Amino acid sequence: MQTPDASMLPLWRRLHSPQQWAFIACLSVLVIAVVPLLNSAVKPSSWFYLSDFQVTLFGKYLTYAILALGMDLLWGYTGILSLGQGVFFALGGYCMGMYLMLHIGLEGQYHNELPDFMVFLNWPKLPWYWPPFRNFGFATVASVAVPTSFAALFGFLAFRSRIRGVYLSIITQALTYALMLLFFLNELGLGGNNGLTDYKTVAGYRLKEMSTMRGLYVLSGIVLLLSYVACRWITRSKLGRVLEAIRDGENRVRFSGYSPLGFKLFVFVVAAGIAGIAGALYVPQVGIINPSRLDPAESIEVAIWVAVGGRGTLVGAILGSLVVNGLKSWLTNKYPASWLYVLGSVFVGVVMLLPDGLVSLPRRLMAAWVRFAPRAPEEPRILEPVPAAKEKELGA
Amino acid sequence: MTRPVDEVEKLTPHESIIQLESCTVSFDGFKAMNNLTFYVEVGELRVVIGPNGAGKTTLIDVISGKVKPTHGRVIFAHDTDLSMLRDYEISNLGIGRKFQTPTTFEKHTVRENLELSLKGRRSVWSTLFSKLDAQDREKIDATLERVGLRDRAGWKAGLLSHGQKQWLEIGMLIMQDPKLLLLDEPVAGMSDEETAKTGDLIRSIAKDRSVMVVEHDMEFVRGLNSKVTVLHEGSILCEGSMDKVQNDPRVIEVYLGRDSAKGHA
Repeated sequence: MQTPDASMLPLWRRLHSPQQWAFIACLSVLVIAVVPLLNSAVKPSSWFYLSDFQVTLFGKYLTYAILALGMDLLWGYTGILSLGQGVFFALGGYCMGMYLMLHIGLEGQYHNELPDFMVFLNWPKLPWYWPPFRNFGFATVASVAVPTSFAALFGFLAFRSRIRGVYLSIITQALTYALMLLFFLNELGLGGNNGLTDYKTVAGYRLKEMSTMRGLYVLSGIVLLLSYVACRWITRSKLGRVLEAIRDGENRVRFSGYSPLGFKLFVFVVAAGIAGIAGALYVPQVGIINPSRLDPAESIEVAIWVAVGGRGTLVGAILGSLVVNGLKSWLTNKYPASWLYVLGSVFVGVVMLLPDGLVSLPRRLMAAWVRFAPRAPEEPRILEPVPAAKEKELGA
Repeated sequence: MTRPVDEVEKLTPHESIIQLESCTVSFDGFKAMNNLTFYVEVGELRVVIGPNGAGKTTLIDVISGKVKPTHGRVIFAHDTDLSMLRDYEISNLGIGRKFQTPTTFEKHTVRENLELSLKGRRSVWSTLFSKLDAQDREKIDATLERVGLRDRAGWKAGLLSHGQKQWLEIGMLIMQDPKLLLLDEPVAGMSDEETAKTGDLIRSIAKDRSVMVVEHDMEFVRGLNSKVTVLHEGSILCEGSMDKVQNDPRVIEVYLGRDSAKGHA
């Protein structure tokens, strides 16, 4: 609960208490350093060993968690349910994919300087927009700049027309569907329905080497941590409170003198940038980007991760993306046909039983415990929280 | 942006802070406001009454920019035409409005509600880097005191009682430091005690700014002891002191004698 004088604290203290920072530091070390070590420094026979496949899989989860953070800023905090976050993820991914394609060199199936699909299509040379992506710096910047520019344009048009609620959800869904159809076209020069794949090296490191994959995993972990801190900074600032105010009462916001357009655009662009970075990290680890990432179902799943973990809490977004994707990997492996039913059931179950997501589970269990546990003579601890927290518990 | 506010400072007594010139608001042919000419003087406390559908809330909507007049002009201070401006721009000029049903940010604490309403820059970047200074905190504390919510500062606004929410919303308006305050039914759903407290609050607010109150509660209106405008079918029926208005035969007819009789009792 925010103390009355929170704004007097230094920035880092405003984001988290020292105890919380210590916990984040421990968790980060565990995720970022220990997982790769369990792959490289532990014998495969050991119980603690993590296979190459598992490390790459976890790396993919981390990029999903980054994507979920942006989604939560949009939906959980500002109330904008975008069902097209896959667009920005894919745009970032394609930018990185183009870089990776150009560094296959002569190792491709056709031993040609051109990407294989262009050889196959009998294209004589690279289209004009391809060559700059040979540069790693350019591709990296583009993987943020392309999605954010696109989001700025689309967001401006949508929010200026005061499209909101379910209408915004529908047009973002239509957007991702339209782009999927566009990216299917061979004429676009981005590999058609096969997309971009068969990469060999990234920034000079060979993708076949496990050390490269571990590096990408560590990088994903660091980017997730940085994204988290950036999002936390936004949500703890006055700007964050304006965003929540837009979610809870846009009218009052307008008549308090704020123009919601700028704020919505800001958060839409930030979420797109985060999604772009996530996409750029996803592609080298997974080894392919194709139009299936633009399927509306993929974007809807992002919303489900956030809902399952807990809207309006950044931790919930991360947790939800990890839990749902972990479940997905396990189930699609064991019981492939059941996955969609399970996903649907999890979503419905959470919405009905845990509307605040998994992060609210401890609090709810506590509340249930307080209500049903045999009453001890005195329970002074329950009376301690500040009034807001207390009321909430009693209301739950 | 600040120019019209400076102009308000320059207004001399008996000049109007807000002036509606032959305003008509028509919703699919229904005239919620019919050729209305209306003004509030600078520093005045004005009460607007009228039966349901008289156009009272429409009047507030037109001034605050929620509804644009179909015809006519709305002039703030000397010559700022509000009908050309957006709702948030009008708010930044120094016109605050309270809604009929209390509208606060329910998931924010009372203190945060006031902080969000604090007068100041409202751009994305300035809010991202905004920090409260000692003066801001003092202002917030003073407002908490004034609206009687000091011991509720850390509460989520959604947990407040109906009356407290009304006060919080008035507090949010005080934080904006408006030149003109529009209050739509500020004592709706309040107990007698709360109503009395709200009356005191409004009178104290009206000391250093112009206030327009729309109300149904005749006892409350009488207590405010100010000029009253009676609206009926989107036009002014009668204007003057409460006594004069209550004895006007047209007003009695419109109200079917009920409220005026109650007022005399």
